[in-house]
Formats: sequence, structure tokens, C-alpha cells
Amino acid sequence: MILVWIIAIPLLGGLAAWAAGVRSASAPRWIALATTAVPLLVALSLWGTDADGPWIATFEAAWIPSAGIEFYLAIDGLGLLFVILTYFLGVLSVVVSWNSVTDRPGFFYLNLLWILGGTAGVFTALDLFLFFFCWELMVLPMYFIIGIWGHENRNYAAIKFFLFTQASGLLLLIAILGLHFAHAAETGIHTFRYDDLLGTTLSPGLGMGLMLGFFVAFAVKLPAFPFHTWLADAHTEAPTAGSVILAGLLLKTGGYGLIRFVIPLFPEASADFAPFAMTLGVIGILYGAKLAFAQSDLKRLIAYTSISHMGFVLVGVFAWNTWALQGVVVQMIAHGLSTGALFILAGGIQDRLHTRDMNLMGGFWPRAPRMAALALFFAMASLGLPGLGNFVGEFLVLLGSFQVSITATVFAALGIVGATVYSLWIIQRVFHGEPGETAGSLVDLSPRELTILGVLAIGLLGLGLYPRPVLQTAEPSVSVLQAGTHWASHNSDLRDGTYVEHTDSLPVQSTAESPVLPSRAGPLSPHGRLTPPTAAPAADSPLQANNDAATPDPHFPQ
Amino acid sequence: MTLLDLQMSLPLVVVAATAVTVMLVISFYRNQTVSAILTLAGLLLAGACLPLAWGGEPYRIAPLVLIDDFAIFYLGLLLVASFAVTVLSHSYLEKYRMERGEFYILLLLSVLGALTLAVSDHFVSFFLGLELLSVSLYVMIGYLFTKEKAVEAAVKYLFLAAATSAFLLFGMALIYAELGTMEFAAIVESLTRDGGVRSPYLLAGSVLILAGAGFKLSVVPFHMWTPDIYQGAPAPVTAYLATVSKGCVVAVLLRLFSGIDLELHSGLFLVLAVVAASSMIAGNLLALLQDNIKRILAYSSIAHFGYLLVAFIAGGTNGAAAATFYLVTYFAATLIAFGTIGFLSPTDQEADTVEDYRGLFWLRPGPAALLSIALFSLLGLPLSAGFMGKFFLIGAGTGAGLWTLLILLAASSAIGLYYYLRVVVAMYSSADGNTVKERGSAAAPPFSASVVTILVLLALFTIAIGVYPEPMINLIQSVAESLAGIL
Repeated sequence: MILVWIIAIPLLGGLAAWAAGVRSASAPRWIALATTAVPLLVALSLWGTDADGPWIATFEAAWIPSAGIEFYLAIDGLGLLFVILTYFLGVLSVVVSWNSVTDRPGFFYLNLLWILGGTAGVFTALDLFLFFFCWELMVLPMYFIIGIWGHENRNYAAIKFFLFTQASGLLLLIAILGLHFAHAAETGIHTFRYDDLLGTTLSPGLGMGLMLGFFVAFAVKLPAFPFHTWLADAHTEAPTAGSVILAGLLLKTGGYGLIRFVIPLFPEASADFAPFAMTLGVIGILYGAKLAFAQSDLKRLIAYTSISHMGFVLVGVFAWNTWALQGVVVQMIAHGLSTGALFILAGGIQDRLHTRDMNLMGGFWPRAPRMAALALFFAMASLGLPGLGNFVGEFLVLLGSFQVSITATVFAALGIVGATVYSLWIIQRVFHGEPGETAGSLVDLSPRELTILGVLAIGLLGLGLYPRPVLQTAEPSVSVLQAGTHWASHNSDLRDGTYVEHTDSLPVQSTAESPVLPSRAGPLSPHGRLTPPTAAPAADSPLQANNDAATPDPHFPQ
Repeated sequence: MTLLDLQMSLPLVVVAATAVTVMLVISFYRNQTVSAILTLAGLLLAGACLPLAWGGEPYRIAPLVLIDDFAIFYLGLLLVASFAVTVLSHSYLEKYRMERGEFYILLLLSVLGALTLAVSDHFVSFFLGLELLSVSLYVMIGYLFTKEKAVEAAVKYLFLAAATSAFLLFGMALIYAELGTMEFAAIVESLTRDGGVRSPYLLAGSVLILAGAGFKLSVVPFHMWTPDIYQGAPAPVTAYLATVSKGCVVAVLLRLFSGIDLELHSGLFLVLAVVAASSMIAGNLLALLQDNIKRILAYSSIAHFGYLLVAFIAGGTNGAAAATFYLVTYFAATLIAFGTIGFLSPTDQEADTVEDYRGLFWLRPGPAALLSIALFSLLGLPLSAGFMGKFFLIGAGTGAGLWTLLILLAASSAIGLYYYLRVVVAMYSSADGNTVKERGSAAAPPFSASVVTILVLLALFTIAIGVYPEPMINLIQSVAESLAGIL
């Protein structure tokens, strides 16, 4: 039942905020703050609870039994981390828009809260129909937030966002139904339950088609090259809270979907597809960084950095080993925090100067030292400075993908150089140099903004210095997901032409004494090369298996 | 005629009797409200007679009419939609100073035609019902002849409908010449026995009948009339055209084709698939070019019946159930949309350009919210009935493995998002007051209580189906099974 509340509280709160907005301008804010804070506390209270079986909490109820649809929610460590991130950023975006949204605040908070509720639903729904329902539920409010409270070019951006997500959503729907009927044909049971659909046998062609349906939907949200074109417009035109939620949450639903659904449901097809996916990830990393460097619009620049950072997620997911997956989780959380913070800063600058054009900026440091210092901090996080969360994420992803494809890893690592360039570029152009023509009207951060950014900074530091709690929470889910799909091994077995009996390629031991990486020789020390915690399983890790995964392997049936 | 015959056909008899009553009353006392109330009472009474026939064995009256659960469900659906149209018409016609009572006679006769189609099991009743439906519509479309484009629309409809009736008759004649029967069941049986449409007469006949039905459903390539007539007709009549006059044809087509396994009839399958695909694509693409909301909805209805044909092609109980479910959701959304448009329209013209709706949400949130619900349902967003409808439609298509059509459906409805969004964008963008006030949609008369009630009920229904469709699905499943059970 607790899961229902996590989703229902913001949905009901949204309606209440809307109703209250008719009478008072401040009531919707307080309602929104309360109805995001409460589920955050509820979710935090679940953290550390011992899981009984794979799930920490579940909720099941009949919904549309005649079509095999249940109201089935379940949460494991992976989902819990993202739900916490959802409401953490939710609270922050309510506070961010506290004074800046004066136009119809009731309707604004209705939309904001419904996005949060839909996102929480995506992270907890385990009936595929319910998942799709929530997946679609968060689109329309986001459309309104961009389209009503956005900047100059908002209609174009909002419609583009809507078209991309809806079109890919329909592919997802067809793929979900295709899987449903394939399962029904095999077993005679009509169901949309995730646990039951796992392990459905599919013919290679059908499996690949359905997998691509899922993949495209998630790749659009992530966004992965070449589905990324909506993102820059949507981020740029959205109001600050909208950008925070887009970058912090909506993109994460794509990554979550890849981890939770694409590979577990279609292990064979995604194994075949992995080289392409990793290539797309690497292209996204480099191309996003390059585009970011070419922007003069501050928010647009930050938007393109998201594409680059999310490329690591794609590479990590399709590397599909414990390190890479743990890295993906950390990377997504850290990106949510750091990019959210950068958007809050950019939004703050825009509120003050009414421009996002970096050509008009410069020399802000003496005028607004607190803003400048925090911007430097988050730029450092974004470029992957050791000690901050993004470093852990990217490092683990590279570590994991190195074992699958050295080529891909080398190119992906170049992305970190790119990140250094564009992050410093922001600082250089905005805060250093001659004072730009707009510098005069700049006011330093208010205590409210300082608090928000301070909280985000602490979060990133915590994630960078002591990621163990996060890794430990994600670890059981990651190992369960991997256990269901003998996937990395699948590749190497095919390659050798013989089936080799193997243990799981990665350190999956009892969770009690978890071999979570950072507790051992440090991936945290910037130059320490990690020795695998358990030598034997790592030996048959697919190091040699697929070391040229960036190009499709001719031995694999495509 | 036995008593049981009477009991089973009571809904039709009541509607016919109401038409006569209204006519008699008008000749003594002319008052449009009285006529409207009599009409509503007649429709209610007809609806109340439905349970008498529900749940029994399929019952045949002469060879012409078959009453089973499937037919009764459709009778109910058509009666409810007609009821809503009557309420909408009453408030709409209140705005005009002219003789208005006769409108209800025409409406009732047309409804009688639609009901006849829903129960028809024979070419004769099929044709009879279709003509009864169309002839009244000629006048209803041009009823407000002072309005711009009304007469043009009526004449267009007259010519095209007459031509299609001729097609239909010719098709029936060809089939009769080949098989020597006009009963659906016998036709289906002889088609199935032969294992395919071998004879050119049969194929030509089926195609001609499909052309006749396709005209009513306005699927490509018989769609040309739709936008002009939707635009020219009064909004409640457009609502009627879009719902009742299409729904009854779906019923008769489902009945006629439910027993035919389309996989065996590759020619027919191909024809239907091409019609479905081109309707989806053409409807959505052409809607992009429109600035008039009634024309947008006209083209979108072309696309929607393209989607519906996908379920129809999928066939079987699932296909029939999905098509019926989709039709129900489409009925509700369309009635809300045209009802709202009708009530935002001033008397001299319809409030039907997209510009008329700019800023509506901030000026008149009520109608804007209703129209939004309708559009979201047509779009297929979650929490609206359209979402569930699209889900079951795609489900039926997936179950039958119609991958190409499904991909086309996904692609074309993605295009379709854009024109719905244009209306939504206009409604939610900041009111730059002048346009709205000048155009008059904001200054239009306030909603009458009856219209508000009916539209809000429809909107609640739309949301209820979107949240908890289980009862409706069970009902439609059983209905679809009764359809399959006969053949």
C-alpha cells in the first residue's frame, strides 16, 4: 500500500493545488511542497529495509482482469533509488519555482506534481500495461509546462517534445502487446506481469523487432543519438523547474527502462544489438560534447552536455556487467543532481538578465562570487572531477565497458576530455574575462537559491566520496537482473562455438557481506586500477570476448 | 406478428411511434421544446425496452431482422448517442428563429434507420435502414438553410449518398445473382463453403457493398464529402453524422463479415487493408492542412475509422470487441467535441476556426476543459477512454499479427498528434483578448443546463472508461461472443 501512496500523494496533491490556486497564489506552493516532501520521506523510510525476496515492497490489485492487466507495483533497490531521486528533485523544483512562477501557479503545480507521480509510477510499475500508462501519463503535463511557462520558442519545443515521445510511445505499446501475445501463445496465459514475461521464448526476428520497439522508446527519452534532437529545444525553452525535471528525471526513465526491461526481457536480441547500441552511446558522448562546445545559449549548452553524459548510460547498460551497471546507476543519479544544479544556475541568470546568450555575459565573478563559486563546483562535477558523484559513475561505466569493448571504452573516455573543455568553457565565458554588457544588473544568489544549490552540492560530494550506500542498495537488483540473463557469457559462448559452463562473470555474492566495489581497492582513487574483488569469476569475464564490440561481429547472426 | 415479435422489436416500434406522435403534435401545437421533450421521452422509452430482449437466444423476425445481444448493445449505443444529439440540437436550435419542430421528426426517422441497420440480417433491411438514415439526413444537414454553406453541404451529401446507394444496390444484386440469397448468414455460409471468393461476381459485389459502407464510414477513397459536410452542417447534425450514422454501419459490417475468415479471402483482405492504411495516412496528413476545427475533426474521423478497420481486419471475437470498444470511446469523445463547438458558436456562423479557440481555457475554462477531454481521448492519452480504445485496437491487431498496418497506425497517429495539439495549444496559449471577443466564442451564450449535464456526463464516462474499463470490456466481450455464436 505504501507504494500506492508514493504515487497517489502527488497526484492528489496536484488536484488540490489546482483547486487551491483559484483562491490564493501561495496555497498551491505549500500544497506542492508538502505533497512532494511526504513521499520523499516515505521513500527514504524504505531505504535500508530488508528485502523479502527480490522486492522491498509490492502492491497488487486487480485492474482489468479480462485483459490480464493488474495494478502491480513493486520496488527494489534500483527503483527505490530513482524514486528518492524523483522526489528529491521534486522538492527542489517546487522550491525553485517558488517565486518565479506567478502565472497561474495552481495549474503549474498540478502539472509538476503529475509529472512526479507519473515518474514514480514508471519506476515502480511492474505490470507492463501499468508501466506504459505511467510512461504516457508524464508526457502531457511536461508538454504543458514547456508550452505555457516556457521561454520565447516554447510552442515549437513543446510540440517537438510531445511528438517524439508519443510516436516512440506507440512503438513501445506495440512491442509490449507483441510480447504479451507471444507469451500468451507460448503459455496460454494472458498477462502483462513483468516477472511472468521474463524468459518468454521469442523467435530471433520477433525478438529483435520487439526489442527495437522498447529500445527506441527508451532511447528517445534517454536521449541517445540519433533520437536526441528534441532535447535541446525542450530543455532550452522549458522554465527552470521544467528543465530540472526533464534533465533529472525524464531522461532517467529511459535509462531505467533499458536496465529493467530491454535486456532482461530480450537477452538474445539485445546481445546481438549490443555492439550497435554501444556505438550509438559512444557517438552520443562525443557528438553531444562537440555540440555543447558550439553553443552560445547557456541552457542549450547544458542540454547538449546531457546527451554526452547519457551516452555513458547507454554504453554502460549494454556492457551489462556489475561494474558498468552500478556505474550507470551512479551516473544517472549524479547527472540528475549536477545538471539540475546547472539548470538552476542558468535559470537564475536568465531571471536576472533576461538572456541566455553567453556572448552578452562575462566577468560575473566579482559581481556574484557565490554564484560563480557554485557554478565552478557543478562544472567540475560535470567534467568528472574525482571526489564528486559523476566521476564514480563514469569511472565505473568505463571500467565495466573496458571488459566488453576496449575500442568503445577508449572513445567513450575521450568524452571526459570533451566534458572538461565545455565545462571550463562555461566558466570562462560567463564568469571570467571582461565584464559583459549585462553584468551590471547581476545580483548574487538569494538564500533560497543558495540552500537549493548547497543541498545539491552536498549530495554530489556524498555520492563522490562515499557512494557505498547507493551501490549497496542497487547491488541486489543489479545481480538479480543479471542472474536472469546469461548475457555476457552468451556472447563469448557463441564466439567460441562451444558452450562453456561458467559461473556468473561478476562478483555476485551474498548481499550481506557485499563485495560492493568501493569497499575494496579504490575505484575512488583517481589512478588506482581496480583489481577485481574475486579473481576467479573475473577470469572468465568477457574481456577477450568482444573486444571489438564497436563494430558488429560478423559471427553473430544479425 | 406474434406478441414475442412485438416485444423483441419494441425499441424500433417505439421510435417509429414517437416520430408519428411528434408529427401529430406539431400539426396542433408548434413548440420546439415540446417536440424535443417528446423525442427524448421516446428515445428513453425505446431504451427502456431493451432489457426485455437482452440475454435471450438470438431471435429472428421474418428473415429480415435478427435481435441478439450484439444488436441490442448497438441499439443501446445508438439510442444513447441520439439522446445526446437531441439535447444538443434543442439548445442549438433555440438560437434560431424559424420552424424547428420538424427537425425532431427527421431525427427520429433517421434514428429509426440507424436502428434498423443495427438489427438487420438481410440485404433488404440493410438497404431500407440505410435509405431511411440518409434521406432524413439530407434535410437535417441543410436544415439551417440561412447559414453559409448549409445548402451546399446538403446537396453534396444528397448526390454522393444517392450514388453510393446505387453502388450498394448493384453490389447486392450481383451477389444475389450469384448466390440466390440475400440473408447474411446464407451468404457467409456459401462464401466459407467455397473456401474463398472465387467468382468475379461475388468479389465485385462485395467490393461494391464495401464502397457503399465506406461512404458512410468516410474511409479513403470515399472520404471526399466528409470535410465539406462536417463544416457546413449544424454542429449537432455533424455530431450525429460522425457518430450514429457511422456506428450503425459498423454494426452491420461486423455482422456481415464476422463469419468470414479474411485470411481465406486474400482479395478482400487486400482491399480492406489498403482502405485502412490509406485512410489512416490520408486522414492524418490532410488534417494537418486545415485551419477549421470541424474540418480537422472530419479528417481525423477518416483516420479513426482507418484505425477501426484494423480491428475489423483482425477479425474474430477480439477484433469485433476491440472495434466496438473503440467505437464507444470515439462516440463519447466526438459528441463532446461537437457539442462544445455547437455551444461556442454564435448564430451567424460556427465557431470553428482554430483562432476562435485561442485562450479559451483562460476565458471559459469549462468548455475548454470539456473540449480538451474530447481531444485527449481522440489522441489516446492515458486516463481517457481513447487510451484504452487504442490499446485494445492495437492488441487486436497484434494478436492477428498485422504488423505492417500497426506500424502505419503508429506512424500516422504520431502525425495526427500535431493537429490535435494545434487546437490544444490555441486553447491554452495566453488569451490575447481581442481575437476571442471579436470572434465571439467567448461571448457566446452560456451553456444551458441540459447541455452541461449531458456533456459533463459524457466527459465523466470518458474518464471512467479510461481509469476502470473492466465492466465495459466484459460487456463488450460478451456481446462480441454472441455475435460469433450465431455464425
